[in-house]
Amino acid sequence: MSRAILYDSTLCIGCKACEGGCAERWGLPYDDKIAAEERLSAHKLTTIETHGERFSRRLCMHCAEPTCASVCPVGALQKTSLGPVVYDAEKCMGCRYCMQACPFQVPTYEWNKRLPKMRKCDMCYERQSQGKQTACAEVCPTGATKNGDRDQLLAEARQRIAEKPGQYYGKIYGVKEVGGTSVFFLSAVPFDQIGLRTNVPQEGLPDLTWRVLDLTPDIVSTGSILLGGIWWITNRRGEVAKKEGPRK
Amino acid sequence: MTLKLPKITVWRVIFAVILLSGLYATYLRIMYGLGGATNLTDKFPWGLWIGFDVLCGVGLAAGGFTLVAIVHIFNIERYKPILRPAILTAFLGYSLVVVALLYDLGRPDRIWHPLIMWNPHSVMFEVAWCVTLYTTVLFLEFIPVVFEKFGLHKPLEWIHNISVPLMIAGVLLSTLHQSSLGSLYLIVPEKLYPLWYSPLLPLLFYISAIAVGLSMTIFESWHSSRAFGRALELSLLASMARVLAVLMSAYLWLRFLDMARRGVFGLLLLNRTETWLFALEIALMVVPTLLLYQRKVRMNPGALYACVVMILFGFIANRLNVAVTGMEAGSGAHYIPRWTEVAVTLSIVGAGFAIFRVVAEYFPIFEAHPNEQAPEKIAQTEAAPVAMA
Repeated sequence: MSRAILYDSTLCIGCKACEGGCAERWGLPYDDKIAAEERLSAHKLTTIETHGERFSRRLCMHCAEPTCASVCPVGALQKTSLGPVVYDAEKCMGCRYCMQACPFQVPTYEWNKRLPKMRKCDMCYERQSQGKQTACAEVCPTGATKNGDRDQLLAEARQRIAEKPGQYYGKIYGVKEVGGTSVFFLSAVPFDQIGLRTNVPQEGLPDLTWRVLDLTPDIVSTGSILLGGIWWITNRRGEVAKKEGPRK
Repeated sequence: MTLKLPKITVWRVIFAVILLSGLYATYLRIMYGLGGATNLTDKFPWGLWIGFDVLCGVGLAAGGFTLVAIVHIFNIERYKPILRPAILTAFLGYSLVVVALLYDLGRPDRIWHPLIMWNPHSVMFEVAWCVTLYTTVLFLEFIPVVFEKFGLHKPLEWIHNISVPLMIAGVLLSTLHQSSLGSLYLIVPEKLYPLWYSPLLPLLFYISAIAVGLSMTIFESWHSSRAFGRALELSLLASMARVLAVLMSAYLWLRFLDMARRGVFGLLLLNRTETWLFALEIALMVVPTLLLYQRKVRMNPGALYACVVMILFGFIANRLNVAVTGMEAGSGAHYIPRWTEVAVTLSIVGAGFAIFRVVAEYFPIFEAHPNEQAPEKIAQTEAAPVAMA
């Protein structure tokens, strides 16, 4: 069973309770000043964004095929069978390829620490493992953020659109984006109007590099034969030339 | 005994200023972290240290594997006089790339992690392994020079016995990671500007690395002939320039085809920073390529040098365009390196030049070096299986 989060922008009142709940769960400071920063950072792993009179939320999308996990040279990022993409700070060497590669620009860095780590939402992996709700879903007063089984949440999202087609932009963000995510968005307007990236590919990104990396053994084996062969041929030519004496 | 102070020249003063600012930047980097020493942000996590020190550094060191392939694998022996300087450049280049990485990594104390914590799906993992192994190969390709200097014949023989597989491994490792530096950017199709994003990035990075490897070899031959007052191997360099012209032509044609296939020429009509920096990059490659087709340019040391410098700058422009210019719009960020980043980069480049000079002065790098005149001695000692026959 895979877990997910459904965020319904039409139900969100912008109270930022999710931000407070998240900060508390991570033991991060939270005050009015931080609440006013509407962007993800190493001390703010989820944020409410204001787009005119509408609200949107930013958090890790927990992709089905996470780009971050595929690019991490030390395997510090892993997609769990439970759904969350988790991070092992003990492995991380700080190359920041995950930040460069993430199509949603979610990972952030502790830029001002001497021994920094990457930071991002882990969909409350530990809480969910114990059968608890994510901190953000638990404190949400309107049900705009809901945490549950991925298939059930997806069915529920479809049902909401079907029941009130006039209130919703008829698509669910996160179904097709980068091959599917574990965070879904519902909105009254097209997604780019609430700050979501709509230019992301519709299939998983890891394939783009794997297609090339997969050729490595072929390149090495074929290259060895070719280079070894060329050396053998040219070297032989040199030996013969030496034996026959200098040619004019 | 009187102590002789080094003469104060303009270059030495500049060098000293650069090193001192680099030292202060190092202090800031250690004490205040990446945030205190760079203009990097969450939206723009890779800057000058990756774009220049790593991407350009590794590329500019490509002369090592190119010349090893030409001299020892294709057995074109007349290029031998410029092989050692190329290997030295490569060895220094890679060592300095590792130094740059120590600055750029958030946790430089964990630089060894990829060697034991594997993720074969990561391009960075492949690059980490290749760079580690290839730096080791370069060390082994360079060490005969040291053995020779101190007359250590036994270890020379050992190295010689493994030299062929070593050289083949070196060429393969270079092929893999030179192209992989391009593959790093395959994963950002929606961020990298379409003038540079291409599925052919690995191939384009590879071909341009070979071209710039040849350019660097010509560049350093020109400089060392001045610094050490030895004759310039002009006919040799001119014939290399021919190869360079053909290689650059193929590279530029491939880029043209690739852009045509992807239908992005329309972007060139937009008045954007990307367009102008793209034009600069291409001009710095097209102009010298056309010039190098002329015999009088190839045979004129000054003109040849100018062409090669243009290609080097064209290459640097390309890598910086991929790493910085092309990533800005897609990341929604603007990045200009902080002085500390520039100071570290210049210090590393300066250190490279200085170390090269010192090594070239004390070790038998150039064959015309007074320390080793007898050609038969060279034939015996250099890790050249052919020459041993």
